Amino acid sequence: MSTALLIMIGLALFLGLVLGYAAIKFKVAESPLVQKIDAILPQTQCGQCGFPGCKPYATAIASGEADINQCPPGGEEGIHKLAELLGVDPKPLNAEHGVPKPKSVAVIDEELCIGCTLCIQACPVDAILGAAKHMHTVIAKECTGCELCIPPCPVDCIQMQVVQEDLTTWKSKYPLHEIRNV
Amino acid sequence: MRTLYQFHGGVHPAEHKQESSAHPIVMAPLPTQLIVPLQQHIGQRAKPLVQIGDRVLKGQMIGQADGATSCAVHAPTSGSVSAIEMMPMPHPSSLPDLCISITPDGADEWITRTALDYQNMNPGEVRNRLRDFGLAGLGGAVFPSHVKLNPGKLDKVPTLILNGAECEPWITCDDLLMRERAAEIIAGAKIMQYLLSADAVLIGIEDNKPQAIAAMRAACAATGFEVIAVPTRYPSGGAKQLTKILTGKEPPSGGRSTDIGVQIFNVATAYSVARAVLHGEPMISRIVTVTGNVEQPRNYEVLLGTPVKELVALTGKQRNDTQSYIMGGPMMGFALPTDNVPVIKASNCLIASSPSLFPAPPPALPCIRCTQCAQACPVNLQPQDLYWFSRGREFGKAQEYNLFDCIECGCCDYVCPSHIPLVQYYRFAKSEIWAREREKQQADLARERHEFRLARIEREKKERADKLAAKTQGSKAPAANADIDPKKAAIQAAIERAKLKRSGVTPKNVENLSVETLKEIDEIEARRTQLKQAMEKQSDSPK
Ligand code: SF4
Ligand code: SF4
Ligand code: SF4
Repeated sequence: MSTALLIMIGLALFLGLVLGYAAIKFKVAESPLVQKIDAILPQTQCGQCGFPGCKPYATAIASGEADINQCPPGGEEGIHKLAELLGVDPKPLNAEHGVPKPKSVAVIDEELCIGCTLCIQACPVDAILGAAKHMHTVIAKECTGCELCIPPCPVDCIQMQVVQEDLTTWKSKYPLHEIRNV
Repeated sequence: MRTLYQFHGGVHPAEHKQESSAHPIVMAPLPTQLIVPLQQHIGQRAKPLVQIGDRVLKGQMIGQADGATSCAVHAPTSGSVSAIEMMPMPHPSSLPDLCISITPDGADEWITRTALDYQNMNPGEVRNRLRDFGLAGLGGAVFPSHVKLNPGKLDKVPTLILNGAECEPWITCDDLLMRERAAEIIAGAKIMQYLLSADAVLIGIEDNKPQAIAAMRAACAATGFEVIAVPTRYPSGGAKQLTKILTGKEPPSGGRSTDIGVQIFNVATAYSVARAVLHGEPMISRIVTVTGNVEQPRNYEVLLGTPVKELVALTGKQRNDTQSYIMGGPMMGFALPTDNVPVIKASNCLIASSPSLFPAPPPALPCIRCTQCAQACPVNLQPQDLYWFSRGREFGKAQEYNLFDCIECGCCDYVCPSHIPLVQYYRFAKSEIWAREREKQQADLARERHEFRLARIEREKKERADKLAAKTQGSKAPAANADIDPKKAAIQAAIERAKLKRSGVTPKNVENLSVETLKEIDEIEARRTQLKQAMEKQSDSPK
């Protein structure tokens, strides 16, 4: 048990270092506009916009090849921010690309998982852990809710669960009160 | 005579103190059940140390501090752990959080208590012990005290302020504590002074509490501590406001009081520090004012974890027109959605609210920009602008206008002739900004992980290509073995697939999988059909 823990901790530390190194090493020089657009996109990396990730969509917007209303996870607010950045009029979300959904995370039924690793290969942010033929688990904190792991699973054991509000994510609601107009 | 300074604005609502302050503190009896939340302080939730069925003693640590900003929780009496589960919390949402339920055994049997010889201990060690005693600020903010008692890089904090102002209407728990237990409060202040190496200890009390002032002055004799009566004006008990009144200094916007050499604690926190250090008693109880629409308003010493329902029942029969209980005062508190929640370290006061005591505000009118709110704001903000931006969801603008300096004191609400629930708008705007901050952090993490993944895939591709190149150049690989296996596997896989098709289940994505994996899929599918059948049987069978 403790060795497993140590290995995991070691792995986490190592990957963290690699990640940090990669962030520096693989930094590609790109246009500041693409970066600004990418900063607005939600980074779900779901591909619903028709591009293989948020950065490619950002690049396409920057070069005028894609419209600003193709990202369902970003929703209306995302469109408004893009419109503001680019100095164009906001428009409603293009429903062809999907509709906004409440934030969800993938959950693997550990009873049914056969450890085939297909979901790991599909996950755009490496949020699924597990070795070949061993049960797999989603790290909820890192899951973006992109749903890309669902179709590849041969035994349909992955489900999306809506993230429930808890005390740390609870939001004070917009005040509802009567206003008398004069 | 010390010169006192004035903070900007403030209001003076009806005090309603005499209702509950006329009687001495009463010990609340043992409740039938104690629900002890693991998160009663700002910071990380404590980690449970016990299991269901364990017998615990009064004062035994049942939740351990987790990380630097966290503190422990303890069993308030002896008994057995009956549950460790998510229970509704005393919060505007009543959302659940992890709690340890204890069924008291009636013996009220203590752990062995030992006083700390704190003057001969390393200050860091004393602070760790305070953390393990569960010390958190009892004024309502419940910040872990050991963190605030660390002078950090500065070798000292010159001024220690004890806050006994208790400026909110209806609340009298600090007043009664100062009247009855002044000596212990001062003993606690001495320990705090020692830990901070403070030169001066100032104790600020609103001048509407003459008995408390007299008791504290008597207890301070020959200590050099100074008890200062401050004018009664809400919110003089705000940390920044009291600091301003007593020292004339104000921490910068977004800064801390230690930036100007001041640390400030509630008097009840000082009392608890004394109980912990001098008697070995962890924080397991607090004084709670129960007042408002009740038969006998009183101050009770209540075990933390006591259900609100059982506590308010002590004041007599519940009146029919009581609509809810407010935790905290009428200015900064909130209505509890249910009385099925426990008393926690932050519960200084429970007010039974009725339509006659707290009538619903009349419908709001549009803002007439009269700036009365700005005159009342003790932080010198422009509430009417903050309202405008919050209402219009212009959160960036609201932040520019220092939304986060707002202490939600409610002075602006109180004076607004248009009866606009201003603070509700500020709370809404603040939590939206926090939510966006969280989303941004998540997006940044996702971006970083995605980029790393792309780089990794790229690297692996290159490595594979390099290997292949090396192979074709080098020795001819003995292809025989490699040739037979895949063929065999493919045939086997086809057989398996056919088998599956026959039995009516068709897993997807099964091309290019190994035979073992296919077999496993087969097994899983068998298990699922069994499960499905069992479930169908269950739903078929009559109830
Ligand atoms: S649709 Fe998905 S992949 Fe495309 S920009 Fe939005 S979150 Fe990113
Ligand atoms: S007191 Fe009310 S009406 Fe007057 S300026 Fe402030 S918000 Fe507007
Ligand atoms: S609630 Fe905020 S804005 Fe209103 S008076 Fe108090 S500090 Fe000022």
